[in-house]
Amino acid sequence: MILWALAAALIVYVFIRGGYLFAVLHFAAIYVIFVTGLNIFMGYAGQVSFGHNAFAAISGYTSAVLTADYGWEPLSAAALGLAGALLCALIVGYPTLRLRGHYLAMATLAIGLIAYEVAVQWGSVTKGYMGISGIPPLGIGRFTVTSDRGILVLLLILAALAVLAAAGIRRSRLGRAFVAIAGSEDAARALGIDVARYKLIAFLISAFYAGTAGSLFVHAVGFVSPEVYGLHMVVLAFTMLYVGGIGTVAGPALGALVVALLPETIRKLSDYQDLAYGALLIVILIFAPGGLASLSKLTWRRTSAKEAA
Amino acid sequence: MSGTATIHRVLEVERLSARYGSVEALRPVDLFVNDGELVAILGANGAGKSTLMRALMGLIPTQGRVRFRGHDVPRRNTVAAAAMGLVLVPEGRGIFGPMTVAENLELGAYLLNGNKAEFDRRLERVLSLFPRLKERLDQVAGSLSGGEQQMLAVGRALMADPKMLLLDEPSLGLAPRVVDEILSTLGVLNGEGLPIILVEQKAPLALKLANRVYVMSIGHIAAEIDPRTITSHDELARFYLG
Repeated sequence: MILWALAAALIVYVFIRGGYLFAVLHFAAIYVIFVTGLNIFMGYAGQVSFGHNAFAAISGYTSAVLTADYGWEPLSAAALGLAGALLCALIVGYPTLRLRGHYLAMATLAIGLIAYEVAVQWGSVTKGYMGISGIPPLGIGRFTVTSDRGILVLLLILAALAVLAAAGIRRSRLGRAFVAIAGSEDAARALGIDVARYKLIAFLISAFYAGTAGSLFVHAVGFVSPEVYGLHMVVLAFTMLYVGGIGTVAGPALGALVVALLPETIRKLSDYQDLAYGALLIVILIFAPGGLASLSKLTWRRTSAKEAA
Repeated sequence: MSGTATIHRVLEVERLSARYGSVEALRPVDLFVNDGELVAILGANGAGKSTLMRALMGLIPTQGRVRFRGHDVPRRNTVAAAAMGLVLVPEGRGIFGPMTVAENLELGAYLLNGNKAEFDRRLERVLSLFPRLKERLDQVAGSLSGGEQQMLAVGRALMADPKMLLLDEPSLGLAPRVVDEILSTLGVLNGEGLPIILVEQKAPLALKLANRVYVMSIGHIAAEIDPRTITSHDELARFYLG
Protein backbone atom coordinates (compact mmCIF):
# COMPACT_ATOMS: atom_id res chain seq x y z
CA MET A 1 0.00 0.00 0.00
CA ILE A 2 2.78 2.36 0.99
CA LEU A 3 4.62 1.55 -2.20
CA TRP A 4 1.57 2.39 -4.30
CA ALA A 5 1.19 5.72 -2.51
CA LEU A 6 4.84 6.48 -3.20
CA ALA A 7 4.43 5.54 -6.84
CA ALA A 8 1.38 7.76 -7.17
CA ALA A 9 3.20 10.63 -5.47
CA LEU A 10 6.13 10.18 -7.82
CA ILE A 11 3.90 10.26 -10.87
CA VAL A 12 2.27 13.47 -9.69
CA TYR A 13 5.71 14.95 -9.02
CA VAL A 14 6.87 14.13 -12.52
CA PHE A 15 3.71 15.60 -13.96
CA ILE A 16 4.36 18.90 -12.28
CA ARG A 17 8.12 19.05 -12.71
CA GLY A 18 8.36 17.55 -16.17
CA GLY A 19 11.65 16.87 -17.85
CA TYR A 20 13.70 13.73 -18.30
CA LEU A 21 11.71 11.67 -15.82
CA PHE A 22 8.85 11.51 -18.31
CA ALA A 23 10.89 9.23 -20.50
CA VAL A 24 11.61 7.02 -17.51
CA LEU A 25 7.93 6.76 -16.63
CA HIS A 26 6.96 6.05 -20.25
CA PHE A 27 9.48 3.25 -20.19
CA ALA A 28 8.15 1.99 -16.84
CA ALA A 29 4.53 2.01 -18.01
CA ILE A 30 5.36 0.07 -21.16
CA TYR A 31 7.27 -2.48 -19.12
CA VAL A 32 4.31 -2.78 -16.73
CA ILE A 33 2.38 -4.13 -19.70
CA PHE A 34 5.19 -6.41 -20.89
CA VAL A 35 5.92 -7.87 -17.45
CA THR A 36 2.24 -8.27 -16.54
CA GLY A 37 1.85 -10.43 -19.63
CA LEU A 38 4.99 -12.40 -18.87
CA ASN A 39 3.66 -12.98 -15.36
CA ILE A 40 0.56 -14.67 -16.75
CA PHE A 41 2.73 -17.27 -18.47
CA MET A 42 5.52 -17.55 -15.90
CA GLY A 43 3.77 -16.56 -12.69
CA TYR A 44 0.24 -17.90 -13.01
CA ALA A 45 0.98 -20.94 -15.20
CA GLY A 46 4.44 -21.56 -13.80
CA GLN A 47 6.22 -21.86 -17.17
CA VAL A 48 9.46 -20.31 -18.41
CA SER A 49 10.11 -17.99 -21.32
CA PHE A 50 13.29 -16.14 -22.21
CA GLY A 51 11.92 -15.18 -25.58
CA HIS A 52 8.96 -12.86 -25.18
CA ASN A 53 11.05 -10.00 -26.48
CA ALA A 54 10.55 -11.66 -29.89
CA PHE A 55 6.83 -10.90 -29.81
CA ALA A 56 7.49 -7.33 -28.75
CA ALA A 57 9.96 -7.08 -31.65
CA ILE A 58 7.54 -8.49 -34.24
CA SER A 59 4.75 -6.15 -33.26
CA GLY A 60 7.05 -3.20 -32.65
CA TYR A 61 8.88 -3.42 -35.94
CA THR A 62 5.63 -3.99 -37.85
CA SER A 63 4.25 -0.83 -36.27
CA ALA A 64 7.44 1.08 -37.00
CA VAL A 65 7.82 0.04 -40.64
CA LEU A 66 4.17 0.43 -41.58
CA THR A 67 3.73 3.84 -39.99
CA ALA A 68 7.11 5.40 -40.74
CA ASP A 69 7.74 4.00 -44.24
CA TYR A 70 4.24 3.35 -45.56
CA GLY A 71 2.16 5.95 -43.78
CA TRP A 72 -0.23 3.53 -42.11
CA GLU A 73 -2.44 4.54 -39.19
CA PRO A 74 -0.80 3.57 -35.88
CA LEU A 75 -3.80 1.50 -34.74
CA SER A 76 -4.06 -0.56 -37.92
CA ALA A 77 -0.31 -1.07 -38.00
CA ALA A 78 -0.35 -2.22 -34.37
CA ALA A 79 -3.27 -4.54 -35.09
CA LEU A 80 -1.32 -6.20 -37.87
CA GLY A 81 1.78 -6.33 -35.67
CA LEU A 82 -0.17 -8.02 -32.89
CA ALA A 83 -1.65 -10.48 -35.33
CA GLY A 84 1.86 -11.31 -36.51
CA ALA A 85 3.12 -11.73 -32.97
CA LEU A 86 0.20 -14.02 -32.09
CA LEU A 87 0.66 -16.11 -35.21
CA CYS A 88 4.33 -16.52 -34.40
CA ALA A 89 3.46 -17.45 -30.82
CA LEU A 90 1.00 -20.06 -32.07
CA ILE A 91 3.47 -21.63 -34.51
CA VAL A 92 6.33 -21.57 -32.03
CA GLY A 93 4.29 -22.44 -28.95
CA TYR A 94 2.60 -25.52 -30.27
CA PRO A 95 5.71 -27.74 -30.45
CA THR A 96 7.89 -26.09 -27.79
CA LEU A 97 5.31 -26.05 -25.00
CA ARG A 98 5.49 -29.84 -24.91
CA LEU A 99 9.05 -29.43 -23.67
CA ARG A 100 9.68 -29.34 -19.97
CA GLY A 101 11.76 -27.15 -17.70
CA HIS A 102 15.20 -26.36 -19.03
CA TYR A 103 14.38 -27.49 -22.55
CA LEU A 104 11.46 -25.08 -22.77
CA ALA A 105 13.67 -22.33 -21.37
CA MET A 106 16.35 -22.94 -24.02
CA ALA A 107 13.80 -23.11 -26.82
CA THR A 108 12.30 -19.77 -25.84
CA LEU A 109 15.76 -18.25 -25.54
CA ALA A 110 16.39 -19.36 -29.10
CA ILE A 111 13.20 -17.62 -30.25
CA GLY A 112 14.32 -14.37 -28.69
CA LEU A 113 17.81 -14.58 -30.19
CA ILE A 114 16.41 -15.38 -33.63
CA ALA A 115 14.14 -12.34 -33.44
CA TYR A 116 17.10 -10.15 -32.60
CA GLU A 117 19.13 -11.55 -35.50
CA VAL A 118 16.28 -11.02 -37.94
CA ALA A 119 16.02 -7.42 -36.79
CA VAL A 120 19.72 -6.98 -37.43
CA GLN A 121 20.06 -8.89 -40.68
CA TRP A 122 16.86 -8.00 -42.53
CA GLY A 123 18.30 -4.59 -43.31
CA SER A 124 16.02 -3.81 -46.22
CA VAL A 125 13.03 -3.69 -43.88
CA THR A 126 14.42 -3.05 -40.42
CA LYS A 127 17.43 -0.95 -41.44
CA GLY A 128 19.58 -3.16 -39.21
CA TYR A 129 21.56 -1.51 -36.43
CA MET A 130 20.72 1.95 -37.69
CA GLY A 131 17.13 1.43 -36.75
CA ILE A 132 14.02 3.24 -37.88
CA SER A 133 13.38 6.80 -36.83
CA GLY A 134 10.64 9.30 -37.47
CA ILE A 135 7.93 7.00 -36.22
CA PRO A 136 4.75 9.02 -35.83
CA PRO A 137 3.13 9.31 -32.40
CA LEU A 138 0.06 7.42 -31.27
CA GLY A 139 -3.28 8.71 -32.37
CA ILE A 140 -6.43 8.19 -34.37
CA GLY A 141 -6.71 10.15 -37.60
CA ARG A 142 -5.85 13.76 -36.97
CA PHE A 143 -5.99 13.44 -33.22
CA THR A 144 -2.50 12.53 -32.03
CA VAL A 145 -0.86 12.45 -28.64
CA THR A 146 2.42 14.32 -28.82
CA SER A 147 3.07 15.90 -25.45
CA ASP A 148 5.03 14.03 -22.80
CA ARG A 149 2.16 14.40 -20.36
CA GLY A 150 -0.34 13.17 -22.88
CA ILE A 151 1.72 10.13 -23.70
CA LEU A 152 2.19 9.38 -20.00
CA VAL A 153 -1.54 9.58 -19.30
CA LEU A 154 -2.29 7.27 -22.22
CA LEU A 155 0.39 4.78 -21.25
CA LEU A 156 -0.69 4.77 -17.60
CA ILE A 157 -4.30 4.15 -18.61
CA LEU A 158 -3.24 1.27 -20.86
CA ALA A 159 -0.97 -0.12 -18.13
CA ALA A 160 -3.84 0.06 -15.63
CA LEU A 161 -6.13 -1.74 -18.08
CA ALA A 162 -3.47 -4.39 -18.60
CA VAL A 163 -3.18 -5.03 -14.87
CA LEU A 164 -6.96 -5.06 -14.38
CA ALA A 165 -7.32 -7.58 -17.19
CA ALA A 166 -4.63 -9.77 -15.62
CA ALA A 167 -6.44 -9.56 -12.27
CA GLY A 168 -9.65 -10.60 -13.99
CA ILE A 169 -7.89 -13.53 -15.62
CA ARG A 170 -6.50 -14.67 -12.27
CA ARG A 171 -9.94 -14.67 -10.69
CA SER A 172 -11.54 -16.50 -13.60
CA ARG A 173 -11.88 -20.22 -14.26
CA LEU A 174 -9.09 -19.86 -16.82
CA GLY A 175 -6.77 -18.32 -14.24
CA ARG A 176 -7.47 -21.10 -11.77
CA ALA A 177 -6.63 -23.64 -14.44
CA PHE A 178 -3.31 -21.84 -15.05
CA VAL A 179 -2.40 -21.94 -11.36
CA ALA A 180 -3.42 -25.60 -11.18
CA ILE A 181 -1.03 -26.35 -14.03
CA ALA A 182 1.72 -24.54 -12.15
CA GLY A 183 0.94 -26.62 -9.08
CA SER A 184 0.91 -30.06 -10.64
CA GLU A 185 0.32 -30.87 -14.30
CA ASP A 186 -0.80 -34.42 -13.56
CA ALA A 187 -3.22 -33.34 -10.83
CA ALA A 188 -4.57 -30.69 -13.20
CA ARG A 189 -5.06 -33.26 -15.96
CA ALA A 190 -6.80 -35.57 -13.53
CA LEU A 191 -9.26 -32.74 -12.85
CA GLY A 192 -10.09 -32.55 -16.53
CA ILE A 193 -7.90 -29.59 -17.43
CA ASP A 194 -6.41 -29.82 -20.93
CA VAL A 195 -2.90 -28.84 -19.88
CA ALA A 196 -1.38 -28.54 -23.36
CA ARG A 197 -4.19 -26.34 -24.59
CA TYR A 198 -4.16 -24.04 -21.57
CA LYS A 199 -0.39 -23.64 -21.66
CA LEU A 200 -0.76 -22.47 -25.24
CA ILE A 201 -3.53 -20.05 -24.25
CA ALA A 202 -1.33 -18.59 -21.50
CA PHE A 203 1.50 -18.28 -24.01
CA LEU A 204 -0.74 -16.47 -26.52
CA ILE A 205 -2.13 -14.07 -23.92
CA SER A 206 1.35 -13.15 -22.75
CA ALA A 207 2.50 -12.77 -26.37
CA PHE A 208 -0.39 -10.33 -26.91
CA TYR A 209 0.78 -8.26 -23.94
CA ALA A 210 4.37 -8.36 -25.20
CA GLY A 211 3.31 -7.27 -28.68
CA THR A 212 1.26 -4.41 -27.27
CA ALA A 213 4.23 -3.22 -25.26
CA GLY A 214 6.43 -3.52 -28.34
CA SER A 215 4.19 -1.36 -30.49
CA LEU A 216 3.60 1.21 -27.76
CA PHE A 217 7.35 1.61 -27.35
CA VAL A 218 8.02 2.61 -30.95
CA HIS A 219 5.31 5.26 -30.90
CA ALA A 220 6.19 6.63 -27.48
CA VAL A 221 9.88 6.96 -28.30
CA GLY A 222 9.68 7.61 -32.05
CA PHE A 223 12.63 5.35 -32.76
CA VAL A 224 13.39 1.64 -32.81
CA SER A 225 16.49 -0.52 -33.21
CA PRO A 226 17.35 -4.17 -32.54
CA GLU A 227 18.83 -3.28 -29.14
CA VAL A 228 15.40 -2.21 -27.89
CA TYR A 229 14.20 -5.82 -27.99
CA GLY A 230 17.50 -7.51 -27.27
CA LEU A 231 18.71 -9.59 -24.35
CA HIS A 232 18.67 -6.51 -22.14
CA MET A 233 14.88 -6.51 -22.37
CA VAL A 234 14.78 -10.11 -21.16
CA VAL A 235 17.06 -9.44 -18.19
CA LEU A 236 15.19 -6.29 -17.27
CA ALA A 237 11.80 -7.97 -17.49
CA PHE A 238 12.93 -10.87 -15.32
CA THR A 239 14.35 -8.48 -12.74
CA MET A 240 11.10 -6.54 -12.63
CA LEU A 241 9.08 -9.74 -12.42
CA TYR A 242 10.99 -11.20 -9.49
CA VAL A 243 11.52 -7.94 -7.59
CA GLY A 244 7.82 -7.17 -7.93
CA GLY A 245 6.66 -10.67 -7.06
CA ILE A 246 6.17 -13.43 -9.60
CA GLY A 247 2.71 -14.99 -9.52
CA THR A 248 1.05 -12.04 -7.82
CA VAL A 249 -1.31 -9.65 -9.59
CA ALA A 250 0.31 -6.39 -8.54
CA GLY A 251 3.87 -7.67 -8.61
CA PRO A 252 4.71 -6.98 -12.27
CA ALA A 253 3.50 -3.38 -12.08
CA LEU A 254 5.27 -2.77 -8.79
CA GLY A 255 8.45 -4.35 -10.07
CA ALA A 256 8.40 -2.42 -13.33
CA LEU A 257 7.96 0.90 -11.56
CA VAL A 258 10.57 0.23 -8.89
CA VAL A 259 13.23 -1.19 -11.19
CA ALA A 260 12.73 1.52 -13.80
CA LEU A 261 12.91 4.30 -11.22
CA LEU A 262 15.66 2.85 -9.04
CA PRO A 263 18.55 4.06 -11.22
CA GLU A 264 17.14 7.59 -11.04
CA THR A 265 17.21 7.67 -7.26
CA ILE A 266 20.91 6.83 -7.14
CA ARG A 267 22.03 8.99 -10.03
CA LYS A 268 23.89 11.29 -7.69
CA LEU A 269 26.27 8.49 -6.81
CA SER A 270 27.73 8.78 -10.36
CA ASP A 271 30.58 6.26 -10.44
CA TYR A 272 29.01 4.00 -7.85
CA GLN A 273 25.60 3.84 -9.55
CA ASP A 274 25.88 0.32 -10.91
CA LEU A 275 27.24 -0.97 -7.63
CA ALA A 276 24.43 0.66 -5.70
CA TYR A 277 21.83 -0.58 -8.17
CA GLY A 278 23.00 -4.18 -7.82
CA ALA A 279 23.27 -3.87 -4.05
CA LEU A 280 19.76 -2.42 -3.76
CA LEU A 281 18.30 -5.24 -5.83
CA ILE A 282 19.99 -7.82 -3.64
CA VAL A 283 18.75 -6.11 -0.47
CA ILE A 284 15.18 -6.02 -1.80
CA LEU A 285 15.28 -9.69 -2.68
CA ILE A 286 16.71 -10.69 0.70
CA PHE A 287 13.98 -8.89 2.62
CA ALA A 288 11.22 -9.75 0.21
CA PRO A 289 12.10 -13.13 -1.33
CA GLY A 290 8.66 -13.42 -2.83
CA GLY A 291 8.93 -9.97 -4.31
CA LEU A 292 7.63 -6.63 -3.07
CA ALA A 293 3.98 -7.53 -3.68
CA SER A 294 4.22 -10.50 -1.36
CA LEU A 295 5.26 -8.38 1.64
CA SER A 296 1.69 -7.68 2.69
CA LYS A 297 0.70 -11.27 1.94
CA LEU A 298 3.39 -12.63 4.27
CA THR A 299 1.89 -10.91 7.28
CA TRP A 300 -1.64 -11.93 6.25
CA ARG A 301 -0.65 -15.55 5.82
CA ARG A 302 1.04 -15.63 9.21
CA THR A 303 -2.01 -14.14 10.87
CA SER A 304 -4.48 -16.56 9.38
CA ALA A 305 -2.23 -19.52 10.19
CA LYS A 306 -2.03 -18.29 13.78
CA GLU A 307 -5.80 -17.90 13.96
CA ALA A 308 -6.33 -21.38 12.59
CA ALA A 309 -3.94 -22.98 15.06
CA MET B 1 -26.46 -55.77 -0.08
CA SER B 2 -28.93 -57.85 -2.05
CA GLY B 3 -27.47 -61.26 -2.86
CA THR B 4 -29.67 -61.87 -5.85
CA ALA B 5 -29.05 -58.57 -7.61
CA THR B 6 -26.98 -58.86 -10.77
CA ILE B 7 -23.41 -58.00 -10.00
CA HIS B 8 -22.27 -55.52 -12.55
CA ARG B 9 -18.64 -54.84 -13.39
CA VAL B 10 -18.01 -51.10 -13.61
CA LEU B 11 -14.31 -51.37 -14.30
CA GLU B 12 -12.69 -54.02 -16.48
CA VAL B 13 -8.95 -53.98 -17.06
CA GLU B 14 -7.51 -56.32 -19.68
CA ARG B 15 -3.80 -56.92 -20.16
CA LEU B 16 -2.88 -53.39 -19.10
CA SER B 17 0.85 -52.77 -19.23
CA ALA B 18 3.11 -49.72 -19.06
CA ARG B 19 6.76 -48.94 -19.53
CA TYR B 20 9.06 -46.20 -18.31
CA GLY B 21 11.56 -46.16 -21.17
CA SER B 22 12.96 -49.67 -21.35
CA VAL B 23 11.72 -50.68 -17.90
CA GLU B 24 8.48 -52.61 -17.80
CA ALA B 25 6.80 -50.95 -14.82
CA LEU B 26 3.50 -52.73 -15.23
CA ARG B 27 3.34 -56.21 -16.70
CA PRO B 28 0.04 -57.15 -18.30
CA VAL B 29 -2.51 -56.74 -15.53
CA ASP B 30 -6.09 -58.01 -15.43
CA LEU B 31 -8.50 -56.80 -12.80
CA PHE B 32 -12.09 -55.74 -12.32
CA VAL B 33 -14.24 -53.77 -9.91
CA ASN B 34 -17.92 -54.49 -9.31
CA ASP B 35 -20.50 -51.78 -8.77
CA GLY B 36 -20.48 -50.53 -5.20
CA GLU B 37 -17.28 -52.39 -4.29
CA LEU B 38 -14.29 -51.09 -2.42
CA VAL B 39 -11.27 -52.84 -3.87
CA ALA B 40 -7.90 -52.52 -2.18
CA ILE B 41 -4.62 -52.86 -4.00
CA LEU B 42 -1.81 -53.78 -1.68
CA GLY B 43 1.85 -54.31 -2.23
CA ALA B 44 5.30 -53.29 -1.15
CA ASN B 45 7.08 -50.17 -2.33
CA GLY B 46 7.82 -50.37 -6.03
CA ALA B 47 5.26 -53.07 -6.71
CA GLY B 48 3.61 -50.93 -9.36
CA LYS B 49 0.50 -49.80 -7.49
CA SER B 50 0.91 -46.12 -8.30
CA THR B 51 1.86 -46.97 -11.86
CA LEU B 52 -1.38 -48.90 -12.17
CA MET B 53 -3.38 -45.88 -10.97
CA ARG B 54 -1.57 -43.58 -13.39
CA ALA B 55 -2.10 -46.08 -16.18
CA LEU B 56 -5.84 -46.21 -15.50
CA MET B 57 -6.03 -42.44 -15.71
CA GLY B 58 -4.01 -42.27 -18.91
CA LEU B 59 -1.21 -40.27 -17.34
CA ILE B 60 1.39 -42.62 -18.83
CA PRO B 61 1.59 -44.50 -22.15
CA THR B 62 0.00 -47.92 -21.92
CA GLN B 63 -0.94 -51.03 -23.84
CA GLY B 64 -4.06 -53.00 -23.14
CA ARG B 65 -7.65 -52.14 -22.50
CA VAL B 66 -9.62 -50.37 -19.81
CA ARG B 67 -13.41 -50.32 -19.89
CA PHE B 68 -15.36 -48.15 -17.49
CA ARG B 69 -19.14 -48.52 -17.24
CA GLY B 70 -19.21 -50.25 -20.57
CA HIS B 71 -17.14 -47.69 -22.48
CA ASP B 72 -13.50 -47.85 -23.46
CA VAL B 73 -11.35 -45.39 -21.59
CA PRO B 74 -9.23 -43.65 -24.25
CA ARG B 75 -5.53 -44.22 -23.79
CA ARG B 76 -3.26 -41.32 -22.86
CA ASN B 77 -6.20 -38.96 -22.47
CA THR B 78 -6.58 -38.07 -18.83
CA VAL B 79 -9.11 -35.34 -19.55
CA ALA B 80 -11.40 -37.91 -21.17
CA ALA B 81 -10.96 -40.31 -18.26
CA ALA B 82 -11.86 -37.53 -15.85
CA ALA B 83 -14.88 -36.60 -17.95
CA MET B 84 -16.06 -40.22 -17.73
CA GLY B 85 -16.12 -39.94 -13.96
CA LEU B 86 -12.83 -41.56 -13.02
CA VAL B 87 -11.32 -39.39 -10.33
CA LEU B 88 -7.86 -39.86 -8.87
CA VAL B 89 -6.62 -38.63 -5.52
CA PRO B 90 -2.91 -38.80 -6.35
CA GLU B 91 -0.02 -39.98 -4.24
CA GLY B 92 1.23 -37.08 -2.16
CA ARG B 93 -2.19 -35.46 -2.38
CA GLY B 94 -1.42 -33.12 -5.30
CA ILE B 95 -3.23 -30.16 -3.80
CA PHE B 96 -2.41 -26.69 -5.05
CA GLY B 97 -0.44 -25.08 -2.22
CA PRO B 98 -0.57 -21.39 -3.20
CA MET B 99 -4.33 -21.49 -3.65
CA THR B 100 -6.92 -21.34 -0.89
CA VAL B 101 -9.01 -24.31 0.25
CA ALA B 102 -11.99 -22.76 -1.52
CA GLU B 103 -10.08 -22.39 -4.80
CA ASN B 104 -8.82 -25.97 -4.61
CA LEU B 105 -12.39 -27.19 -4.15
CA GLU B 106 -13.59 -25.02 -7.02
CA LEU B 107 -10.99 -26.63 -9.24
CA GLY B 108 -12.35 -30.03 -8.33
CA ALA B 109 -15.57 -29.05 -10.07
CA TYR B 110 -13.65 -27.75 -13.07
CA LEU B 111 -15.60 -29.80 -15.59
CA LEU B 112 -18.85 -28.51 -14.15
CA ASN B 113 -18.75 -25.30 -16.11
CA GLY B 114 -21.29 -22.81 -14.87
CA ASN B 115 -24.02 -24.84 -13.16
CA LYS B 116 -24.15 -22.91 -9.90
CA ALA B 117 -26.89 -24.95 -8.25
CA GLU B 118 -25.05 -28.23 -8.79
CA PHE B 119 -21.78 -26.65 -7.64
CA ASP B 120 -23.38 -25.43 -4.41
CA ARG B 121 -24.90 -28.85 -3.80
CA ARG B 122 -21.55 -30.58 -4.19
CA LEU B 123 -19.73 -28.02 -2.05
CA GLU B 124 -22.23 -28.38 0.77
CA ARG B 125 -21.88 -32.15 0.61
CA VAL B 126 -18.08 -31.99 0.81
CA LEU B 127 -18.11 -29.47 3.65
CA SER B 128 -20.56 -31.58 5.64
CA LEU B 129 -18.27 -34.61 5.18
CA PHE B 130 -15.21 -32.57 6.18
CA PRO B 131 -16.24 -29.85 8.64
CA ARG B 132 -12.61 -28.89 9.19
CA LEU B 133 -12.42 -27.67 5.61
CA LYS B 134 -15.44 -25.47 6.15
CA GLU B 135 -13.57 -23.62 8.90
CA ARG B 136 -10.58 -23.04 6.66
CA LEU B 137 -12.07 -22.04 3.32
CA ASP B 138 -9.93 -18.92 2.95
CA GLN B 139 -6.77 -20.48 4.23
CA VAL B 140 -3.91 -21.12 1.86
CA ALA B 141 -3.79 -24.86 1.22
CA GLY B 142 -0.04 -25.10 1.71
CA SER B 143 -0.43 -24.08 5.35
CA LEU B 144 -2.83 -26.91 6.24
CA SER B 145 -1.72 -29.89 8.26
CA GLY B 146 -1.06 -33.20 6.49
CA GLY B 147 -4.39 -34.65 7.51
CA GLU B 148 -6.28 -31.54 6.43
CA GLN B 149 -4.47 -31.59 3.10
CA GLN B 150 -5.55 -35.17 2.56
CA MET B 151 -9.13 -34.24 3.41
CA LEU B 152 -8.84 -31.39 0.91
CA ALA B 153 -7.52 -33.77 -1.74
CA VAL B 154 -10.46 -36.13 -1.18
CA GLY B 155 -12.90 -33.23 -0.96
CA ARG B 156 -11.59 -31.81 -4.20
CA ALA B 157 -12.01 -35.19 -5.86
CA LEU B 158 -15.59 -35.39 -4.60
CA MET B 159 -16.32 -31.99 -6.12
CA ALA B 160 -15.90 -33.71 -9.48
CA ASP B 161 -18.88 -35.98 -8.60
CA PRO B 162 -16.90 -39.13 -9.34
CA LYS B 163 -18.44 -42.34 -10.63
CA MET B 164 -15.38 -44.12 -9.24
CA LEU B 165 -12.77 -42.87 -6.82
CA LEU B 166 -9.14 -43.93 -7.01
CA LEU B 167 -6.96 -43.16 -4.00
CA ASP B 168 -3.20 -43.60 -4.06
CA GLU B 169 -1.85 -44.14 -0.53
CA PRO B 170 -4.03 -41.64 1.33
CA SER B 171 -2.54 -42.71 4.66
CA LEU B 172 1.01 -41.76 3.73
CA GLY B 173 2.62 -39.63 6.42
CA LEU B 174 -0.51 -39.26 8.50
CA ALA B 175 -1.22 -40.04 12.14
CA PRO B 176 -3.39 -43.14 12.77
CA ARG B 177 -6.27 -41.12 14.21
CA VAL B 178 -6.43 -38.93 11.09
CA VAL B 179 -6.20 -41.95 8.83
CA ASP B 180 -9.13 -43.55 10.65
CA GLU B 181 -11.18 -40.41 10.14
CA ILE B 182 -10.49 -40.34 6.42
CA LEU B 183 -11.03 -44.05 5.91
CA SER B 184 -14.33 -43.97 7.76
CA THR B 185 -15.44 -41.19 5.40
CA LEU B 186 -14.46 -43.42 2.50
CA GLY B 187 -16.54 -46.15 4.11
CA VAL B 188 -19.51 -43.82 4.20
CA LEU B 189 -19.08 -42.94 0.52
CA ASN B 190 -18.71 -46.57 -0.45
CA GLY B 191 -21.78 -47.40 1.62
CA GLU B 192 -23.71 -44.96 -0.56
CA GLY B 193 -22.67 -46.93 -3.61
CA LEU B 194 -19.52 -45.21 -4.84
CA PRO B 195 -17.02 -47.78 -6.16
CA ILE B 196 -13.56 -47.14 -4.79
CA ILE B 197 -10.07 -48.41 -5.54
CA LEU B 198 -7.81 -47.90 -2.57
CA VAL B 199 -4.07 -48.31 -3.01
CA GLU B 200 -2.23 -48.82 0.24
CA GLN B 201 1.02 -50.02 1.70
CA LYS B 202 -0.48 -50.35 5.18
CA ALA B 203 -2.50 -53.52 4.77
CA PRO B 204 -4.59 -53.60 7.97
CA LEU B 205 -6.36 -50.34 7.14
CA ALA B 206 -7.39 -51.41 3.68
CA LEU B 207 -8.42 -54.89 4.81
CA LYS B 208 -10.94 -53.39 7.21
CA LEU B 209 -12.88 -51.68 4.44
CA ALA B 210 -12.29 -53.73 1.30
CA ASN B 211 -14.65 -56.21 -0.36
CA ARG B 212 -11.78 -57.67 -2.34
CA VAL B 213 -8.05 -57.28 -2.33
CA TYR B 214 -5.46 -57.49 -5.07
CA VAL B 215 -1.87 -57.91 -4.04
CA MET B 216 0.74 -56.56 -6.42
CA SER B 217 4.36 -57.51 -6.68
CA ILE B 218 7.01 -56.38 -9.16
CA GLY B 219 4.56 -54.95 -11.66
CA HIS B 220 1.98 -57.69 -11.76
CA ILE B 221 -0.92 -58.94 -9.69
CA ALA B 222 0.32 -61.72 -7.46
CA ALA B 223 -2.95 -62.63 -5.87
CA GLU B 224 -6.61 -61.78 -5.49
CA ILE B 225 -7.91 -62.44 -2.01
CA ASP B 226 -11.04 -62.20 0.08
CA PRO B 227 -10.04 -60.04 3.07
CA ARG B 228 -12.25 -62.08 5.39
CA THR B 229 -10.02 -65.08 4.84
CA ILE B 230 -6.91 -63.29 6.07
CA THR B 231 -6.63 -64.08 9.73
CA SER B 232 -3.01 -63.24 10.37
CA HIS B 233 -0.23 -61.01 9.15
CA ASP B 234 1.81 -64.04 8.20
CA GLU B 235 -0.73 -65.07 5.62
CA LEU B 236 -0.63 -61.64 4.01
CA ALA B 237 3.15 -61.53 4.16
CA ARG B 238 3.20 -64.68 2.06
CA PHE B 239 1.57 -62.79 -0.79
CA TYR B 240 3.85 -59.79 -0.40
CA LEU B 241 7.02 -61.83 -0.46
CA GLY B 242 6.21 -64.01 -3.25
